[in-house]
Amino acid sequence: MLENYLPILLFILVGLAFGIGPIIAGGLLAPHRPDSEKLSPYECGFEAFEDARMKFDVRYYLVAILFILFDLEIAFLFPWAIVLEEIGLAGFIAMMVFLGILVVGFVYEWMKGALEWE
Amino acid sequence: MESVGMDWAAIRTVVWTLIKILALVVPLMLGVAYLTYAERKIIGWMQVRIGPNRVGFQGLLQPIADAVKLLMKEIIIPSGASRGLFILGPILAIAPALAAWAVIPFTDSLVLANINAGLLYVMAITSMGVYGVIIAGWASNSKYAFLGAMRSAAQIVSYEIAMGFALVGVLMAAQSLNLSDIVHGQSGGLHHWYIWPLFPLFVVYLISGVAETNRAPFDVAEGESEIVAGFHVEYSGMAFAVFFLAEYANMILIAALTTLMFLGGWLSPVTFLPDGIVWWLLKTGFVLFLFLWFRATFPRYRYDQIMRLGWKVFIPITLVWIIVVGGMMQTPYGYLFH
Repeated sequence: MLENYLPILLFILVGLAFGIGPIIAGGLLAPHRPDSEKLSPYECGFEAFEDARMKFDVRYYLVAILFILFDLEIAFLFPWAIVLEEIGLAGFIAMMVFLGILVVGFVYEWMKGALEWE
Repeated sequence: MESVGMDWAAIRTVVWTLIKILALVVPLMLGVAYLTYAERKIIGWMQVRIGPNRVGFQGLLQPIADAVKLLMKEIIIPSGASRGLFILGPILAIAPALAAWAVIPFTDSLVLANINAGLLYVMAITSMGVYGVIIAGWASNSKYAFLGAMRSAAQIVSYEIAMGFALVGVLMAAQSLNLSDIVHGQSGGLHHWYIWPLFPLFVVYLISGVAETNRAPFDVAEGESEIVAGFHVEYSGMAFAVFFLAEYANMILIAALTTLMFLGGWLSPVTFLPDGIVWWLLKTGFVLFLFLWFRATFPRYRYDQIMRLGWKVFIPITLVWIIVVGGMMQTPYGYLFH
């Protein structure tokens, strides 16, 4: 059972190595001649006016929160979907009640304009 | 002495597993390289151009030449950047894009880790990819990179929800998280594939897959004409190449998952032909061709259109179809959805 997960652990390590390896190879093989112009952040030929880490639109934050809610919902749906045959009608109705409550929330955020990007 | 023997057995297992992993990753990397070539050739033909044709016969060595050139280019780390995070960004992008392949079955017997939670693992590990984008955009300390990362992250997480709901439909039909079992659930010929009962979910999954990988027409995160490549604008040389590899590896992964979940994986479409990996390759290749075709055909969406499509169209469609499938399974007609 658990030995099935050893290849996965190794695969993650190989994945990391495929990220680290080329960057090290590039660092060793490529030239390294920095100057202040080259190292300045790209900004259409201007000097950077201000720090790039500026205020940003709150809607990105809102999307992240909504994402957490819905992703959690999906996490609940996964096991339900797998055993739906066994739990039958009662299981189906229970999940419909749960989904119904979430849909009320979804409709509310829709009406409130949380999903608008103008 | 006995513990020494145990150690050798363990080391042999690890080495043998590493060999198998490399036997999967090396063809995958070649696939990625030649997908870039196929993309340039196919889009070239679609636009009545020839595409790359100088390096090697018909330009076949072009991806190799690109790799060597990128290898020889300086990796520039901007002065304002957070050095550690800047290097970490591409690594976090490619590691999940490759690691997800651990559970992908190619045939009945050709699978590295045949775990029961296969689809859950794929969903979990591919979600990690967004960290690479956010960290790269933040660490660059450049406005374009920052805006690109914000856009990209919000877009990826939005479409992940629609994708997750589409997966729930597949799980209901297959009654298993194991990818091999999902394929077996579709045996018996073309008309048993899940694409038919789950057609709306198939469409949502495929389009969400295009959005997840930030491909055209949903590539506002890169949008070379507005925010000059977005989150990886400050990356050069191999650091850039790693992002590029990750994007294409993800594309092939999405195509493979579409094949496994909706198009019957390695199963033959007709019962008189044998099943085999060749079908897997053909179907995955076809889905990849669709990715390229989309890029050549559709103009880029506006950002508000993308978010509207994800939240206001795809999520309702998937919710409704989950309820339809679940409801039908309670009736005598449930067999239609298996």
